[in-house]
Order: sequence, then structure tokens, then C-alpha cells
Amino acid sequence: MTARRYDVIVVGGGHNGLVAAAYLARAGRRVLVLERRSMVGGAAVTEEIFPGFKFSVFSYVVSLLRPEIIRELDLPRHGLQILPLESTVTPLDNGDYLASWADPDETRRELCRHSPRDAEAMAVFGRLMQHMAMAVKPILGMVPPDPGSLAPSDLAGLLRFGRHMRGLGPDRFHALFKLMTMSSADYLDEWFECGPLKATKSASGIIGTFLGPRSPGTAYVLLHHYMGEIDGAFRAWGFQKGGTGAISDAIAGAARALGAEIRTDAAVERVLVRSGRVTGVALVSGEEVAAPVVISGLDPRLTFTQLVDPDELPADLVEGVRRFKFRGSSAKVNLALAGLPEFTCLPGPGPHLRGAFSISPSVEYLERAYDDAKYGDFSRQPYMDIVIPSMIDPGMAPPGRHVMSIFVQYAPYARTGGWTDAARDALGDAAVQTLARYAPNLPSLVLHRQVLTPLDIERITGLSEGNIFQGELALHQLFFLRPVPAWAKYRTPIEGYWQCGAGTHPGGGIMGASGRLAAYELLGSSAR
Amino acid sequence: MTLVLKTTPFHPRTAPLVRAQTWRRWAGYQVASAYDPHPDREYAAIRNAAALLDVSPLRKYRIAGPDAVRLLDRLVTRDVTRCAVGQVLYTPWCDARGKVLDDGTLSRLDERTFRLTSAEPNLRWLTMSAAGMDVTIEDVSEHTAALALQGPLARAILATVSPADLGALRYFRLLHSTVRGIPVTISRTGYTGDLGYELWVDADGALPLWDALVEAGAPYGITPAGIWALDLARIEAGLVMIDVDYFSAHHALIPDQLSSPFELGLGWTVSPDKGPFTGRRALRDERARGRMWAFVGLGIDWDSLERLYRQRGLPPQLPPIAWRGSAPVLVNGRQVGYATSGCWSPLLKRYLALAHVTAAHAERGTGVELELTVEHRRQRADAVVTPLPFLDLERKRA
Repeated sequence: MTARRYDVIVVGGGHNGLVAAAYLARAGRRVLVLERRSMVGGAAVTEEIFPGFKFSVFSYVVSLLRPEIIRELDLPRHGLQILPLESTVTPLDNGDYLASWADPDETRRELCRHSPRDAEAMAVFGRLMQHMAMAVKPILGMVPPDPGSLAPSDLAGLLRFGRHMRGLGPDRFHALFKLMTMSSADYLDEWFECGPLKATKSASGIIGTFLGPRSPGTAYVLLHHYMGEIDGAFRAWGFQKGGTGAISDAIAGAARALGAEIRTDAAVERVLVRSGRVTGVALVSGEEVAAPVVISGLDPRLTFTQLVDPDELPADLVEGVRRFKFRGSSAKVNLALAGLPEFTCLPGPGPHLRGAFSISPSVEYLERAYDDAKYGDFSRQPYMDIVIPSMIDPGMAPPGRHVMSIFVQYAPYARTGGWTDAARDALGDAAVQTLARYAPNLPSLVLHRQVLTPLDIERITGLSEGNIFQGELALHQLFFLRPVPAWAKYRTPIEGYWQCGAGTHPGGGIMGASGRLAAYELLGSSAR
Repeated sequence: MTLVLKTTPFHPRTAPLVRAQTWRRWAGYQVASAYDPHPDREYAAIRNAAALLDVSPLRKYRIAGPDAVRLLDRLVTRDVTRCAVGQVLYTPWCDARGKVLDDGTLSRLDERTFRLTSAEPNLRWLTMSAAGMDVTIEDVSEHTAALALQGPLARAILATVSPADLGALRYFRLLHSTVRGIPVTISRTGYTGDLGYELWVDADGALPLWDALVEAGAPYGITPAGIWALDLARIEAGLVMIDVDYFSAHHALIPDQLSSPFELGLGWTVSPDKGPFTGRRALRDERARGRMWAFVGLGIDWDSLERLYRQRGLPPQLPPIAWRGSAPVLVNGRQVGYATSGCWSPLLKRYLALAHVTAAHAERGTGVELELTVEHRRQRADAVVTPLPFLDLERKRA
């Protein structure tokens, strides 16, 4: 046992663990964060994979980082600097493109080129989604009340939740119900006629899930994008200077300034439990550190079945965790480039290179990409979301050179035949070749290529089955059901053992909400 | 890809005239706020000679077919079945709750063809309203250029370049004619409350039309005018502006942001006996129940304004151009409404505002207070509810 005494140990230095640590330290707790890797951040890390080329290796944009966390932890002072990522261009097979720009007039005119009707519908659609997002968003900052419980705090929470829903008014409540039950493709069909528009929008409903755009329930995830938009005034949407690792560093900096201690290269073997109570943790190195409270920021599978002995837990909880769906479905391809890609649809340099590219020419294209995955293989022509971070932050690559981040879906964790080196290379080839249809000079620019299959993501970050959200963001795994019914309030049946992270409410993305809510729950319960 | 605003067909003529780069956005277009650094001379032309205004960014839809009347009658609050060929109706249109979506003019070009102008895009709403009807709806915004020729000398100028019988062209009527051989539709309409015309021309005819009018109008003092001047004139004329005085029901986020025609002083446009149209039931109920809000003019009391400034050791300061914003309106210290635009009327020599007040305070002559900032401090000036329009010129209809 080491000499120093801690009140709380946080297992895992991902951004949520760091947020929890910062809030606990801010409340005067002596906090220790233990991170297995040599850097903090979990899936929000920046690494110089090839000399001179820096990559946001996994998570690559910020969308939902909670404004109250930015404020309360004073993150800008610790290095948070979010740069605008203002456009999305969808290249089309006929040589044209569909773009959405930063300026609403420009976007409307662009959309008008494809469908004047959709251009108008977009304004109305945007208002509706914004309004629903406004009603749903407070849930992100709320410990989910359990509708199956009669505890006063749950009833009060449900009442508050009910008031938000009532505030929507009937029309929007109906629309919300549709969003909760429909597929993104069907929902968008009700609004728009332009194929590439529907495809590009519906893509946001499938990210990180093992579902296709025609799978029911995907419409709801569209709302998450609009939640980012209503916080637009806070500019919490975009690209972090220095990559997503710099966000983790900013949160770690805030945590340290508040008194938390953070140790890297400190892998936790297991959480020590005696008589149903946490006593500390044992590191892989053999070292033991004592503390009355341990928070796991790892995913639910690791939290409940690896860090502790399942025997310590009720069988139904273990079964619930076993059933929790991970099913990693996406891969990442990081490229070091000798120069800029030339898109056939928008030749030459221009503002489009400072935005995102979406390879989503039609809903059918996405659904076919899903078909490959359904039957056990990666998509031969995948959906891809591409950014060139060095165009936004020149510090990411040597002058004149560039880095490209390619999010690739679908790539099933449980690939038939497994993820051999040959399969990994074939996935990388499929991504580059698919993109080369729209930017033919791309293959000739590639200096280095890193391909991360879901298996690689699991191996490096620990995320089970490589799911980027610590478990699928599907309706049956959200809110009071995340990660398992009755254990959605950051507690566990083991006294002193807590959980946070994307596998808990309110889910994935660089949001920080679960870390903050877990810390407040913990502080509230220990005050009692 | 272009990341610049669109320009109107008149841009090659208007651009060199904008001396202080005072441009603004209007429906995705770049238009002049004013050509001079200050709009005084341009406003004066509207009221004293003739002003030439590029109003091309207005959205224009051509609606044609056997069911055109049926569609439009279903869409708007006025009775389109009674609209004669060559007549123009000013009208709002509403959603099913009877809340205004937009307002504009509806021109009957011939038996089966109409042109609808609007501020917002309306193609989707028109298409939705036309389900099952034999009618074609075409967005002709880009192909049709529009000029407003407004002011007491507008008719005299137009008569020198057009063979049209302008004397017979009554208020809110239109005719098809030419200007120096260029085919134009001339309507006896405008957004200034003055004698004036709007000229509708194919985009290729825009520049020759501009040149013809400027040349013929020179002896009459024709003056290109921008949006600042127009804004002063339309406040005097008591004409509402979308996104300033009210918001489209399509865009309202909360019920408070909705307005019915009755609440915008447009009750006269709601036909009580026409056939079914969108919003009819709600509007019938509202007519029976009485409106909650009224749209009124406010005349700000000069003495009280002067007093507020004198307390700070200053002479009264007047806004150089019309303001658009929101200023609380109070009675006995309690808020009863809000003003949405205001200006110093150069013609009436009064400080005017357009305001929403609860129905109980809408009576002419009701004394209210308007909150305004006097030298960094929030103050209240006395104001009186005044019927609209503030300015009702005989020549407007002549």
C-alpha cells in the first residue's frame, strides 16, 4: 500500500473519468486517476503516428461537450480551443456534389440547386428538430429517473421529465414519437425528396450502431446532431486545436489544477472488494492502492465483469450486462498525405477542404453498405466521414503536408474469418479506393496509412468489441436503460463502486456529461 | 461553388452607385441599404419626386392552370374567386391555426394565371396545398426582375416611356404593356404608401428597363433608393414587415411568436364568407371571440422625449434610420406590449413606432409609455396610440 490516502480512485483516464475526477477534486476530495496507457484520453487522444503527422487517432470531432463543463472547469484556460468545421460536402456519382455551408443563405441556395422544395422544407425541419432537441436536451444534464421506481427522487425526476414533454405541445410531441419509432430513412422521406440529402442526414443516425438507415429507431439519433446545434452559441462543435487529445489534456489540466493526481502507465488489474464494499484497486504491476470509493470509466462489460468478480454482483445484473450490445461497426483510417486531394466535383483549393466530406450518395448506398456487414464482412463501398484536420489546424502536419481522418462504416467486430492483417489491408484499400472515385489523386498522395479495425480499437483503447460509444446508442440502451435497468444512476450493487463513461447515461461523443453527473451523484450520496 | 450573395439583374447598374458600400442581405441577395451614405435624399425622392427601387429579391411564383383559383382561394384569407383579371390583392396566408405564414400580393395575370409574391420561400407550402389539383406552380423569382417606381412623379415619368393608359390604371390593378419596347407588367402597387408602380420584367429586359427609366426620369428627379429609405416610407404607411414586425408561423418556436391576421391589423383581409381555406375555422373562432392583440401605431410625445434628454444635458437624439428591434410598451408601469420598428418621420416630423399591444390598450388615443435608451439609460417616453397608417396620402389611390 502506498503512503498517500485517497478518497476516490478513478479507473481509466478517458475524458469522462477525467471530468469526474475534476469535479470530485473541486469538491475537496483527494482523487487519483489511473490510466493504463502512457497518455490520458481513452478514445480522445492525439498521437504522432508517423513523424511529423499528428492524428486524432479515434474520436476526431467535438460535438456535444457540455457547455456547463467548459464553464465550470474553465477549460479554455487549460487549452480548449475549438475551431470551426463549417461545411459538409457529399460528392455524387454524376460528378456533382451536395454541400451544406456555414451560411444559411448559401446552404439554402445550394440545396435549391437540387430541390427547391427541400430547401424550404429544411428551414421548417430545422426549426422542428431544434425545438425537440431543446425539449430533450435537459435530459443530458439529468440523472435519469427510473419509471419503475416509486422513490421520491425518481418521481420528482419523472415529473420534471413529463413537464419537458408537455412543453413540446401536441404537434412536436407527435413528431418526437415518430422520431423514437421510425427509421431515419423513413422519417426523412416524410420531409425531403433529394436522395443525397436524405442519405447524408440519415448517416448521422447510424454512426456507431450496427443498424442501417432503414432500421427502426435510427431516426432518434438524428436529434443528437441538433442538440449540438442549439449549443452552437457556445461553439462547442468543431475541431479541437491539436486534435481531440488536446481536449483530454485540457480536462486533465483542469483536474490537476483542482488537486487531482493522474498516473499514466498504471493499468488496474481489479477493484478490491471486501464484504460487498470497495477497499481499493490492485494494479497489474502488483501495487495496491486503497480508497473507499472507486469509479470505473470503462465500459459496462469491463466495469461489471472484468474489474470485479461477477460473483459479487446479482446474477440478473451480470446477465443484463452480458446482453448489452456492443457490436462495434466502424473502423478508422488515418492517412498521412503528401498534398491535398483534388475532388472532381470541386476542383482546386477552397473552403470545402476545411470541412467534412460525407460519402453517402444515396440511402440505398448506405443500406447496401450495411448489407455487407449484416452478413459478416466490411462494406466494399462504405459510408465514410472524412476531414482533413491539417486544413483546420496547420500544426497537425508538416507544412504543405496533410493528415486525413476517415471514419469508415461498416466494419463488423465479428467479421467472418476474423480480422487478419490481410483483411485489415483490404479494408484500408476499400476506403481509399472508394474515396478515390471522388478524389482520383488520393492514392498517389498517401505517404503512410493506419487502419484501425474494431478489433484494433478494442486492443488499443480497451473499448469492448471496438464500439466507439461503449455500447450501441440504440433506444433500448439509452436513458434509464443505460447500461442496465435499475443501475442507470452511476451506482453499482457494490458499496463504494461507481460507474461513468459513454456506457452510462447520456451516452457517447465527447460530452463529459456522465462524468459530471456521476461526480454529483457521488457527492450527493456521500454528503448524506 | 460560390460563397457570395446573389446579385439581382440590376446589379451592374446599382453597384457603381453604392457610394459607401452599404449593402445588406435580402432573401439571399445583395441589395443596397442606401446609395448615398445617408438615406435622406432617397427618402425625399419617394415623397417628393420619384424613387427607383430594386425589389427583385421578392419571391415570385407563377401559378397557372384550371385549378389556380381553387388553389389560391384555399391558400389565402382573401376571396380569390372575386379577383378580376388584372386585379391585385394584398393578402396574408395562414396555417391551420389561423396564424400568419407570410404576406404578399396576388396578381391575376389572366383567367388561369396568377403571380404570387412573398418574402419567404413558399414553394413547398404551395405544393402541399395543391395536392390533387390541376395546376402548375413555378418559382420565377430568378427569371423575373422587379422595380418599384414610387413617388408623386412616378406616373409622369412612366408616361414618357410607356404607351400604357396609366390614367385608367387604378390602385391595385395591373396591365401588360411595354417600356421603350420592353415587355413589362405594370401594377399600381408599392410598399411606400405613395403614388407608385411596380414593374415586372424578364431578367434579360432588366438593364434596358432601368436605363430607360433613369434617362426619362432624370428631368423629374428620379433617384435610385435603397432599403433604408423604403423602411422609413413603409413605417409611415403602417405596412408590416415579416421577420421585423411579425414572424412566420413556420418559424415560431413558441406560441407567443405567432400572430393572426387580426393581430396584425389585417382583419380586413380575412373574408368572412368565402369558401374553405387553411385557417378558416380558427379565424372564424377568433373573429367571434375577439383578438388578443392589436397592431397599432405609436406617436412618441416630443416633449417627454425632450425632457428625458434634457435631464442628461443633451438635445433630443433621433435615430438616423428606422430601427428594428423590440422595445417594451407600458401602461402604469406594467408591460402591455412591445414596439417592433420605429423611425423619425421626416415628412410628418414625428417620432413613430409600430407596436403590438393587448387588445384592451389598442383604442386610439390611449396613453402608453415606450421604453428607450437615453444616453445609456433605460427610460420611458410618453406615447399615444395612433391609427395606422400614420400617413394616408390621397395620391396613393389616385
